[in-house]
Order: sequence, then structure tokens, then C-alpha cells
Amino acid sequence: MTARAETRYSWGADEHLVVQFSEAMSLEANFTAMAVSKILETDRLEGITDICPGNASLLIRFNPDITPAEDVEAAARAAEQHVSEQPSLSLETRIFEVPVWYDDPYTNETGARFRDRHQRPEGNDLEFGAIENGMASVQEFIDAHSGSPWITSMVGFVSGLPFLFQMVPRERQIELPKYLRPRTDTPPLTVGHGGCFAAIYSVRGAGGYQMFGVTPTPIFDPEQRLADFEDFMVFFRPGDIVKFRSIEEDEYRRIEAEVEAGTYQFRQRPVTFTLNDFLDDPDAYNRSLMEALYDR
Amino acid sequence: MTVEIVEPGLASNVQDQGRPGYYNVGIPPGGAADLNAAATANQLVGNTVDAAVIESPYMGPSLRFKTATVVAVTGGTVPVFLNKEPRPQWESFTVAVDDELTFGFLQDGARIYVAVAGGFDVPLVLGSRSTYATGGFGGFKGRMLQKGDILPLGDGEGTPGRKLPESLRPVYSRYVELRVVLGLYDYRLTEAGRTCLLESEWSMTPVADRMGFRYSGPPLEWIERVQPFGAGSDPSNIVDAGYPVGSIQVPGGVEPIILHRDAVSGGGYAMVGTVISADMNKVAQCSPGTRTKFISVTMAEALEARTADRLYRTDVTAAVTS
Repeated sequence: MTARAETRYSWGADEHLVVQFSEAMSLEANFTAMAVSKILETDRLEGITDICPGNASLLIRFNPDITPAEDVEAAARAAEQHVSEQPSLSLETRIFEVPVWYDDPYTNETGARFRDRHQRPEGNDLEFGAIENGMASVQEFIDAHSGSPWITSMVGFVSGLPFLFQMVPRERQIELPKYLRPRTDTPPLTVGHGGCFAAIYSVRGAGGYQMFGVTPTPIFDPEQRLADFEDFMVFFRPGDIVKFRSIEEDEYRRIEAEVEAGTYQFRQRPVTFTLNDFLDDPDAYNRSLMEALYDR
Repeated sequence: MTVEIVEPGLASNVQDQGRPGYYNVGIPPGGAADLNAAATANQLVGNTVDAAVIESPYMGPSLRFKTATVVAVTGGTVPVFLNKEPRPQWESFTVAVDDELTFGFLQDGARIYVAVAGGFDVPLVLGSRSTYATGGFGGFKGRMLQKGDILPLGDGEGTPGRKLPESLRPVYSRYVELRVVLGLYDYRLTEAGRTCLLESEWSMTPVADRMGFRYSGPPLEWIERVQPFGAGSDPSNIVDAGYPVGSIQVPGGVEPIILHRDAVSGGGYAMVGTVISADMNKVAQCSPGTRTKFISVTMAEALEARTADRLYRTDVTAAVTS
């Protein structure tokens, strides 16, 4: 990769450094953010408290009484330089499956309740998504949404909420505006979409993303009841690859019962994601990811 | 060794000095909105600064003590009563079993802090006792306090009669100047927009809590552009990015929001600057209607102010514990 002339460094007052790699979203900018974060994590300066990779940017929180601001900036610039000299970026990560009950009663009810804040008064958010993306039916839209994997480009907002970027060429990416005015309510574990990003709402609360369905699997578990949360209360990590799978109510209820019983575990496999190989042939690359996930 | 919440006030909750290190997954640093007031309250009763206290916005709680101990009240100016007898603020005093601590109407500032010897002994979650209500964990059962809650206390004999000298007590005002390091995405504003941000007098709205403080005033002008891929359609939109604690965002170009200690960690609104760490306690003590100006300072000035705040803490420690 070439050096990134467009990168901007800026202070968030005395405790933050914000690095903007690109104003536009792309996998390249996101990989750069993750790779720079990884270097800073590995050789973490004592005063750095938080390293937060964003979609196309990086936020560093630090205590300038412990490590001077200029040292933090120098470390970030050195890491960026190092990353820009790599011929190709790759990421040791994992792929896992998130079952989704699309067109479910919970998001439909909430969507109906806040219709006055929506672009399209009739129908639901799924129908809006299908129309806006030029698809003939809701089923075609669900197939596109659940047919190819998504990469976790950022974790944040509140309590481990993942931002997910669809791993298909840009012209095939689902794009949708957010609600005209944000809702004051969103069902927990709603699978939503705003701009080019999907998100899974970790907790009930306000939100502006279009709502397509719900997943029965928790992604945030402060009590750490499930095996997948043994190490930490948040499941998603930047770089995680996600495959949505469309399920119906009976399977939703069955998984819900497993979660309740504390026995549910995500289907997940470790993978190495190599950016250039993906960009060369996304469809073939995604097929190989599916083979890894489903042991084919 | 417990305290009963007889009346909770408006949004009383347990806070300590915070939970750094988890912002990368959307868990904010938290901690008392006014860290200095919480630290001083602890020092007055003989605790370490990072013990857990009760934070009460706008209205004090009523507390009944199930054990004899030592108490101190700091923060917003408010009449304090023990069994209806007046007690001083910024000074520690003893309470006996079944004594009741109550408050009058808040006169100045916005947040009251109550420290008790030994601190409130709620469980440590990710290294802190601070309530993070959005995530439903930390503090007392992960939520704001309710009538009838029984809070456990830690061990501590307490140090009655400690007093913060008048000269070291904060002065609250209905007009504040907040020092801001401009930057981040401020290149998205027009020159007129930036001038407007700094020259307008902003009024704090009632939409203000641990997550953020919203201000009313004139709209800000953005540079028109074809939005970059993924950024959203409004000129104030960016590709979702991490939000510094204290950063100022302006959704739709109206009503700037200062993110506070329970900040959402990221989102898609352009931030135009960040309140310096030394002025974050001052924000916490503003009430709705407070007239506010944003003063542009350099990073070097922000660091000088930080040093001054640290020296103030040193003076408080010396004055209280001598």
C-alpha cells in the first residue's frame, strides 16, 4: 500500500488523539485502522488507556501525565508508516453465524409505532430496504442481506454494538438512509441498517437505523452466563466476520430456550482474512469463508 | 453497615473515579460527573479518592443510616439536614444509627455528592463501582437508586470535622466559559460556522445527563459537498467514528452536544472540538439555562490547565488531610 497522504491527526483536547485515515468508508481504510491499532496494542505506551479503531479512523485515549501527547502521536505516526509499507494486510480473526428472524413481530411493531419518523409511511423497513435497493421482493432483499458475510468494522456506540460492513463489491452493497428522526425505542438484538452499515443493537434503547429483524443470540452479557462470554461481557471484536442466517419463529424460540438454559454457543471458526486476496475475487473468497464456517 | 434510600431524588446513582480501558467496545469511562467534588467528599470522610459515592443531579436524596458513621456532602450548593438540624457542606460530620440525612432545594451548581466512611461497597465490575445504566451494570444493580434500596458500606472509621477551606471551594455560576480545543472534523464547518460556534452565547437545555449536555443557539453552517461513501446524507454526517469524551457534536447543524463521562463511544456526527479535561467538572455543575461560551484554546493551554487542576487537587489534599 502507498503512504496515506489524506490521513489527518487531530487532538480531542488533552486526553484524545483522533486519526482519520479516510473520509469515505472502504475496507482498505478499515484494515489500516485495525492494523495501526494492533501495533499500538502490542507495544502499548503506559499512558494509553483506550485504543478504539473506527470504521475509517482511530481514537486513542491517553493520560498525558503518564505519556506525553507528542509521544502518543509519534507512536501512531510510526505505526501508520509501518502499515503503509506492508504489501498486503491480513488479519487473524474468526467467522461466526448470527441467526436472524427477519420480518419479526418485535421490530415490525416498533417500526409501526415510529412510522411518523420514517421516509415511507406505508409498509415496514424491510420493504423500504428492498425498494430502495432496486430489489423485486423482500425475499430477494433478505437473500442479499444473509447471503454474503459482513466484517465488524467498529465496535462501539453503547455496550459492544458492532458496525458491520458488507463484504461485496460496492455496487452490490445495501445502502439505506437512517430514519428521518431517531426513534426513542429499539427492541434489544435488533438487526438494523444505516448508510452502508449493518448493526446489532446490544441493548434496548434509542436508534435511527432501519430495522430488519431480531437475533435470539445475545451479544452483550454483563452477567457472563454463556460460555462465549466467559472471558468478557462483550462478544464482538473489530475484524470479526459474520454470516447472517435467516431463521423462522420455531428456530428462534428453540435458540431462545438454549440461551435461557445457558447452553447456547455460537457456531464459529478461526480464519485468516487477507485483504488483497479478497479484493481480487470477493465471491470466490467468500465461498472459501463459508467452507471454513460450515466445515465443507 | 448499610444505608437505606428513603427517597432517591431524581437520578441518584453510585459513582467512583471511573472505569477506563473499555471504550473500544462502547463501555464509557464513567465516574462521577464532577470528579473533583467526589474526590474531595471522600477525602473529607477519610476515604481514598476512588471510593464510591452517591451522585445526585438537581435534587438530594433522603438517606437513613443503619450504622454510626461519618458523612460529607460536596458539589452543588444545597441546605443539608441531619434529623432536620442543619449541617455544613464541604465538612465531615458524624451520624448515629437511624439518623436521617435530607436536603433542601439546590441553590447553585447541579450535582450533589454524598460520601460515607468506607465508601458504598457495591461490587467492582471491570475494576470500578460506577453505575453504567445504559449497559445495566455497575453501581447498585446496574441502575439508578430507588426508594427502599439498601446500600452496603465498606469498612472505615471515618474522620469527622475535616473541612475544606472556603478559598478552595468551587464557585458556580449561571454563566460559564468552557475551554475547547477545536479540531477533529471542524474543517467541515464554513468560516462563518466556526465563528458562530465561538462567538455565540449558548444556553444549556434540559436535555442533559451523564451521557451528554445539549445546548441551544443559532444553527452552524457546513461546507456543502458530495458526501463520501458511507457517511450519510446530512452535511453534519461522517462515516461513524470514535467520539472523544468531552467532544462537541452538532447533529444537523443545530444544538451542539457535549459528550460527558457516560458518552456513547462513537457515531456518525461530525465533532468540531473537545472540552478540555480540566473543564469537564464545570460542565457537570451546569444546570438548564446556564449561559455558555466556548473559548478556543491550544493543546499547550489545555495541558497547562490540566496541570493547574492537578495542583488544585494537591492543595485540597493538603488542606483536608493536614
